[in-house]
Amino acid sequence: MIRSDVLRELAPTLADHLVICNIGLPSQELHLIDDRATNFYMLGTMGLASSIGLGLALAQDKKVISIDGDGSVLTNFGTLPTIANNVADNFILLIIDNGSYGSTGDQPTYAGKKTSLAAVASACGCETVVECSAEDTVQAVKDAIASDKMTIIVSKCESGNIKVPVITMDPVSIRDRFMGAVKA
Amino acid sequence: MDINAKIVSDMVANDISFVTTVPCKQLAGVIDAVEASPDIYHIPANKEDEGMGLCAGAFMGGKRPAIIMQNTAIGVTINTLVTLTQFYRMPLPMLISYRGELGEPVACQVEMAVHTKALLAQLNIPTYHFHREEDVEELDKILKYTFMCNKPVAILTDATFWKGY
Ligand SMILES: [Mg+2]
Repeated sequence: MIRSDVLRELAPTLADHLVICNIGLPSQELHLIDDRATNFYMLGTMGLASSIGLGLALAQDKKVISIDGDGSVLTNFGTLPTIANNVADNFILLIIDNGSYGSTGDQPTYAGKKTSLAAVASACGCETVVECSAEDTVQAVKDAIASDKMTIIVSKCESGNIKVPVITMDPVSIRDRFMGAVKA
Repeated sequence: MDINAKIVSDMVANDISFVTTVPCKQLAGVIDAVEASPDIYHIPANKEDEGMGLCAGAFMGGKRPAIIMQNTAIGVTINTLVTLTQFYRMPLPMLISYRGELGEPVACQVEMAVHTKALLAQLNIPTYHFHREEDVEELDKILKYTFMCNKPVAILTDATFWKGY
């Protein structure tokens, strides 16, 4: 399974929750599969999906799921200690780890080599860290939602992309629509 | 009221309840005051762009955020300021220690000081410079202005304002 397969299977589970989606193909794929007001698409700023999600989770009570990538977590490694030390039990960080920088042409990341993001998250102090296969991701996310415990999920999937159009929505419209859904 | 208490009290009076910080020697007192405030959730960040991501999330969650950082962070955060804070039109007061100004003992700090205002101007970021102690009287209005226009706004605070290091 590649990332778009994971997102397609996951979409019904995400539907009731606030989602902060990573820059590039992950946002484009989620937008294509199931565009919702509860989705915040990042059009720029690699690496900050987890930070935005944590800030959102700390600021209000609804469940927040940040969909991040291995490359993006590597670029903002400082996020993991911040998450560990500022526990928000309404926050789930789903790292879709395909071992590559998917949006830029599948160049390999260190997460696909020696570096275990799950081990790093644990070492940073994150208390609930789950590594799972792409096939088991929906169940892992459902379990995390049901647990009411801040959870980091590392979903190991295959590298690869589908053809998707870019998002042409205006950023202020994305943000305004999302804030309406946060308040609803 | 001492300067740190005054800054935090203006923040609280403007409903700022989520503050992220990356420390600077000059900002130690105000960071302590933020940490001590029962009205503010203080979340130290490891890097300033990470902090701006936290602030973006908190803003969308209905809280008014602020960031406290050193001017060297302008170099770190340009992409985030442009593609997140400005592109999505979000407010962000940035209380910035303006290192490398008069009284600076560390030569390297001057290297970033000479670019600070030029970079902020290039980014079209409204910029205020606190030099004399009484300049802090404008903080309340600057905060109101920031949340009125939904922009990042810079408040540079130099060594003269902080009365040395
Ligand atoms: Mg990847």
